Amino acid sequence: MASPTAIRGSDAAAQHPLATPGKRRGSLYRGGEGMWSWVAHRITGVLTFFFLFTHVLDTALVRVSPESYNKVIETYKNPLVNLMEVGLVGAVLFHGLNGLRIMTVDFWSKGPKYQRLLLWVILAVWVLVMIPGAYFMLQRTFSDMFGAS
Amino acid sequence: MTTAKAEVSAPAATGSTNVRSGIEAPNAKRRKVAGRRTNFEMYSWLFMRLSGIVLIVLVFGHLLIMNVLDGGVHRINWGFVAGRWASPFWQTWDLLMLWLAELHGANGLRTVINDYARKDGTRFWLMVLLYASVILTIGLGTLVIFTFDPSMGG
Repeated sequence: MASPTAIRGSDAAAQHPLATPGKRRGSLYRGGEGMWSWVAHRITGVLTFFFLFTHVLDTALVRVSPESYNKVIETYKNPLVNLMEVGLVGAVLFHGLNGLRIMTVDFWSKGPKYQRLLLWVILAVWVLVMIPGAYFMLQRTFSDMFGAS
Repeated sequence: MTTAKAEVSAPAATGSTNVRSGIEAPNAKRRKVAGRRTNFEMYSWLFMRLSGIVLIVLVFGHLLIMNVLDGGVHRINWGFVAGRWASPFWQTWDLLMLWLAELHGANGLRTVINDYARKDGTRFWLMVLLYASVILTIGLGTLVIFTFDPSMGG
């Protein structure tokens, strides 16, 4: 996880007289898109961690009995949980894409320079994947709630 | 990650009187803290990236199959899981995903706790809770994948 402090070392460079005037000065991250991507990375990560804990517990019920497993899974088959699934997939997708962005910033010499652009790139990819993703995930719920059958 | 690194290097800047400028005299005695330092934080930093790459394939594959294809959660029941875990391929997939995701997540949460816990006591108990949950999750998950009994379904 690249924390905002990670790139604070570049303060000196940004304060250089040749640094572009009028642009955001100081830290590469503080207050900008980079900081918000870091915040979102943490939140989505922590949410996913708690989900994983629950998910391992519910799946462990397959070892108890088919009835108890099916009973719990049955409670997941409703519109509210379906919506939460879309939220989870969205959170994990952001976390994964932003993780790739962090690695690009870490390992590519020009990464820090393009980190802001990279964020908009991954957000575009996120939207492009989530539109069909949400469609396929919510299709069943919509047809159950409003469908003719 | 880096915050923890900063904590480690902090004594180096203030510990000795002859490092005012931040540059140590070449003949300065080596401080004990340097001998004690391990590369744990560097390895955990590297682990986050390596496990992250592998998890992208494992997790997005899993999410696609489970949530998106064929009506998602609606077709999932005990028989579905039994059918999947009949295959060593999916057993290996799920086992690897469980271990990597849990350790990746635990390492992330360790960083979050280190960043926000202000008192040593709070940090200690949050870490106890975290490590207990990791042992429970990995232990239980591994046990379930390996001791799963398909004959239970009758």
